[in-house]
Amino acid sequence: MSDAEPLLRVEDLRVEFPTEDGVVHAVDGITYEVHAGRTLGIVGESGSGKTVSSLTTLGLTRRQGARISGRILFEGQDLVALPEDRLRAVRGNDIAMIFQDPLSALHPLYRVGAQLIEAVRAHSDVSKAKARERAIELLGLVGIPDPARRVDEHPHEFSGGMRQRAMIAMALVNEPKLLIADEPTTALDVTVQAQILALLERLQRELGMAIVIITHDLGVVAEVADDIAVMYAGRIIETASAARVFADPEHPYTWGLLKSIPRLDGPREEDLVPIPGAPPSLIRRPTGCHFHPRCPYAQPDHARIDPALEAVADEPSHFVACLLESHTRRRLWSELGAGRTPAQALEAVGLPGTAA
Amino acid sequence: MNVGVGVESGEPLLRARGLVKHFPITRGIIFQRKIGAVRAVDGVSLEIARGETLGIVGETGCGKSTTARLLMRLLEATAGEIRFDGQDITHVKGGALKAVRREVQMIFQDPHSSLNPRKTVGSIIAEPFAIHGMLGGKGERKREVQRLMETVGLNPEHYNRYPHEFSGGQRQRIGVARALALSPKLLIADEPVSALDVSIQAQVLNLLRDLQRRLGLTVVFIAHDLSVVRHMCDRVAVMYLGKIVEIGPNEPLYEFPRHPYTGALMAAVPVADPSLHGSERRLLSGDVPSPANPPRACRFHTRCPKAQQLCSTQEPQLEDKGSGTLVACHYPLSREEVAQIGVRSAR
Repeated sequence: MSDAEPLLRVEDLRVEFPTEDGVVHAVDGITYEVHAGRTLGIVGESGSGKTVSSLTTLGLTRRQGARISGRILFEGQDLVALPEDRLRAVRGNDIAMIFQDPLSALHPLYRVGAQLIEAVRAHSDVSKAKARERAIELLGLVGIPDPARRVDEHPHEFSGGMRQRAMIAMALVNEPKLLIADEPTTALDVTVQAQILALLERLQRELGMAIVIITHDLGVVAEVADDIAVMYAGRIIETASAARVFADPEHPYTWGLLKSIPRLDGPREEDLVPIPGAPPSLIRRPTGCHFHPRCPYAQPDHARIDPALEAVADEPSHFVACLLESHTRRRLWSELGAGRTPAQALEAVGLPGTAA
Repeated sequence: MNVGVGVESGEPLLRARGLVKHFPITRGIIFQRKIGAVRAVDGVSLEIARGETLGIVGETGCGKSTTARLLMRLLEATAGEIRFDGQDITHVKGGALKAVRREVQMIFQDPHSSLNPRKTVGSIIAEPFAIHGMLGGKGERKREVQRLMETVGLNPEHYNRYPHEFSGGQRQRIGVARALALSPKLLIADEPVSALDVSIQAQVLNLLRDLQRRLGLTVVFIAHDLSVVRHMCDRVAVMYLGKIVEIGPNEPLYEFPRHPYTGALMAAVPVADPSLHGSERRLLSGDVPSPANPPRACRFHTRCPKAQQLCSTQEPQLEDKGSGTLVACHYPLSREEVAQIGVRSAR
């Protein structure tokens, strides 16, 4: 991470939803930075709070009765405190978002061009003809063939990949400084996914925008992200450069994720090491470290003490929220990397274990 | 045509020849006229040996799920023949079909919609016994269901709970237990993990692998995720627009894919290793054409970087090109080309 002023700085953001069953702690005090021209990957499973945190950046959880605290500083301006009308000027202008399912994010009855023209004219005062020209230019930019003809088609006439390209074109209308992409390729086939990821990278190079990509797919973040934040139960439990998260991860949950996926270039015989159990309820969260009920390396006092996100020894830009000693973690990971099971790794390191 | 590379000698458990499924496209409400057909599956031949796991991969609309439904006789084939355990089951009806269904069971993608929310887990898993009139005694049935729950790693005491009380991974285990209830000879798993979270996916994959080993199951494993298929399967068939373009044992297929489409698919898979980031990859351009109007001759020629004149005039047949797989391609990839495309499983 560079020392320059970040484009976006989220500080101790909390988002809570009061419900009949209790308060859902969807986002529980997260802090991160995004710098111009860089890509942050936010990784987590369903219900980890990754989408809610991004929707909140755009002010899209306000109407759902969310209780929001903390600060979201975009170019030094706090978006949490901004009134709705001024936030709207930022949203779609400086910050844009693309969603997982382009079919439900596009209006089925309007031509793609009409929707693009509307987006252009919502933020700048130009004639319809000018806006149409811009729409065609944008469709060309995102790699839609024959944009002058395609601009007059309806979303159903586009394939899944082209719809996502159209969504990206719409997000780029005002050349945003920050693009938030929420599972942009999850609904797409692999060959189309590769095209869309390559497109995002090209656009970032050409337009110099920052990207926050939210995904559950570790392969996707490895392809595009410079920095990674891993979320679990509403918190960031580990954050570092992409290279470090994949080579020297320090949180047992990150290990679990990495060991849960078969790799195309890995040894085929090796068994996967799943994370036992299921993610916790965000209403009644576990005490202490939220991950301790599923953690094979948890010690008795981990059910009591809540770990803070702290810098790792010798690595000032690598943060982890884990109660194990740093040298213990590193030894555990090297045992796991050598193909041992969590129980064997515990024994090798000499920790009393819960992983029988 | 020899479609059985890698299959041990002896009668295969299942053999499909020239399977075709066309869904008619009609116009008009009262007097429906057929104006075309979606060629979902268009001439698929494959064999499944006893005890092996055959993977079928491909992108949306390639016909992999339709193929599975044809093999299960959930759909009636437009043409072709299916032999199961030495018997022609292509057109069997009534009691004979019910007997086939007993031997072939299915695991579905979505564990939320494939379990009846109003039934207890015990009665969901026991349903196959009820349908086939087996294990009449109540105590006997309950004992068997609890044994099955234990086999798939569920707590047998949860017999009387309802599906909503279980997590996604546990629900998928319920589906597996139900599919195993009748000790089927063939298990068809259609995208069994794609609706699950990463950490849960691994639990279900490990369970399926463990069951394969312990019970010697024969499995057809359908998925779009090439890494998962590589992990799970002995042999793999790659489909494109209703046809098998390449089929063969796992290692040669992943280490040296010969069909340009297989190569392109493998190069597109994102790998969880940023150090590979930026390494050269060649991506396919364009989208899959409509199966209602597929390209002539080789169906991949419109997107294929190696396509020549011949590819648009003469359809390639599945043939052995000397590397252990059967490929339907006039100009299969060389090792140099596989390296250039950026296939990460290449050796």
